[in-house]
Amino acid sequence: MKSSARKGGEDRGVSIVIGEEREARLSLSGRLSLDNLEYVMERVDPLLGRPQLVSLAVDLEGLVRIDSAAALFLLRMQEEARRRSLPFEFVNISPRVMGIIDLLDKSAIRLGPPSPREKSGGFFEDVGRTSVMFLDDFNQCMTFGGILLSEALYCALHPASIRWNDVVLSVKKIGVDGLSILALISFLMGLIMAFMSSLQLKQFGANMYVASLVAIAMVRELGPIITAILVAGRSGSAIAAEIGTMKVNEEVDALVTMGFNPVRFLAVPKLLAAIVVVPLLTFFSDLFAIGGGMAVGILGLGLTFHTYADLTSWALTVHDIVTGVLKSMVFAVLITGIGCQRGFSVQGGAEAVGNATTSAVVAGLFLIIVTDSVFALVLNYVRW
Amino acid sequence: MGDSRVIRVENLSVRYGDEVVLQDVTMDVVRGEILVVAGGSGSGKSTLLRHMVGLSRPSSGRVEINGVDITTASPAELQVVMRGIGMLFQSSGLLGSMTCAENISLPLSEFTDMPESFIGEIVRMKLAMVGLEGYEDHFPNELSGGMRKRAGIARAMALDPDILFLDEPFAGLDPITSAGLELLVKRINQRMGTTMVIVSHELESILSLAQRIVMLDKGKKGIIAEGDPRVLKDESPNPHVRHFFNREIEEKDETGEHGA
Repeated sequence: MKSSARKGGEDRGVSIVIGEEREARLSLSGRLSLDNLEYVMERVDPLLGRPQLVSLAVDLEGLVRIDSAAALFLLRMQEEARRRSLPFEFVNISPRVMGIIDLLDKSAIRLGPPSPREKSGGFFEDVGRTSVMFLDDFNQCMTFGGILLSEALYCALHPASIRWNDVVLSVKKIGVDGLSILALISFLMGLIMAFMSSLQLKQFGANMYVASLVAIAMVRELGPIITAILVAGRSGSAIAAEIGTMKVNEEVDALVTMGFNPVRFLAVPKLLAAIVVVPLLTFFSDLFAIGGGMAVGILGLGLTFHTYADLTSWALTVHDIVTGVLKSMVFAVLITGIGCQRGFSVQGGAEAVGNATTSAVVAGLFLIIVTDSVFALVLNYVRW
Repeated sequence: MGDSRVIRVENLSVRYGDEVVLQDVTMDVVRGEILVVAGGSGSGKSTLLRHMVGLSRPSSGRVEINGVDITTASPAELQVVMRGIGMLFQSSGLLGSMTCAENISLPLSEFTDMPESFIGEIVRMKLAMVGLEGYEDHFPNELSGGMRKRAGIARAMALDPDILFLDEPFAGLDPITSAGLELLVKRINQRMGTTMVIVSHELESILSLAQRIVMLDKGKKGIIAEGDPRVLKDESPNPHVRHFFNREIEEKDETGEHGA
């Protein structure tokens, strides 16, 4: 029985003729490449599975052009025949086609894919691995925190060793450049808070408490938090990215070989700048939020500037302001500390820098909110 | 004998987890020589260099620079040693946020008490030495690859170190720039007596520069040959070394072919 599969093949640039049933002779002609290989495979692969097949010859006489994928296909056919101990030969193979087949590394084809590098060891192993990673990360953060604080202490005792130019630059980047967006956010926060609360308080004729509500909420809690979140997003990420990129570019290594201490050189100026500037930003945030509340108070509730200011100053205590400042200093240390740590821990390339940046912001926010809760609890008991 | 050896590496082993990168490497660097550390890709050349300058701590073994064991030295001792060496990194390692002049003046203003004007003159002199006069105010990313490497050398030479480490200084440079850099390295070595430790696999540069070569091998995880490259080229008993210097292809292990 003769079977031929010419149909449809020509427009694909290849023609397939399959000869005898038992001693099959497969003729491929035309162009055999990635474009039409699937079509050819579909028709040729069942051939090898025929139970009566005794031998197979592949005639390549008419083959004008093949690519490496086609060569691989031919080799695989040969290999498959060898596996089934089927006599197999290429007939009329041109030197050109032979050359392309020769380019392929036959031993690599037989090798098969390598065993997967890291398999998941199931739920418990994954949990264990993650826990170890988490502990390791915690350990690294703590170690870095210790190094950073001891370097900061050294610098405090030796002010000449501080790179003041860098401190000033960081003050500008963290503080001055972030002031406008912080002012806007805080003003609108104050405005929204005053507006929403006045709708409720109006019902009881307690409009005048809007001023104290805004003042206390902002100065005690929201001012430091908003500022810290903004600084973590703007500057914590920038610090991690900057140091991470320096790590990738071997700049940190270069500093070490020049005899510099990279933590003292890169991290301490940023830490100092943040400790100075974040409390100032917090102060501005409080001020603008009160301004926002005042806008609602004057325009919407008919209070005078003087009354509103009076009510605000009556609501606030020194304790509120001092703890706000103290809190924001701690936030500043946390944000720059985690930013620097994530930056220094970068290993690899661009992706690692991206991960470090994300991680700096996420870990920064986490630390801010946890620390704030601790402050809320402790300050509740420690009042003077 | 002790005097002439500026660096001693003893039984240095480096492992990352289960992977052994270097195993029991022992070698010396003699004062005033140009030593090239060569070897194929992945043979641990750069790893050896990083350990020689104390950027990484070895799994075992010791590295002595001028008699100080940098694997156990305190940070303060290490800083003193570091000021006696200079290093050019593969990607130059220039601080991207500073101009060329600021990069070079950084160690000078930090570790010396010289007046600013004098430091400025040293910077100009160093830049001129590497042929980069007039580029003081350029940032590293405004320079070409070859210029960055030269600026990196100028910075590494800022404190006139005894030992200069160069990590792949010729990689990715055109032949003319390479030749210029080789000449510069030779001149610094001859005129100032600076000991040079160069990691490279650029054959022509090795043959024209190296007074001695240490060759690492991926399979052995250590040194397979040591000596004058011009001699090793023809007379090494190790065929791999001869192939390396003569740019010959090694016969591929085709055991798979015979097995089938």
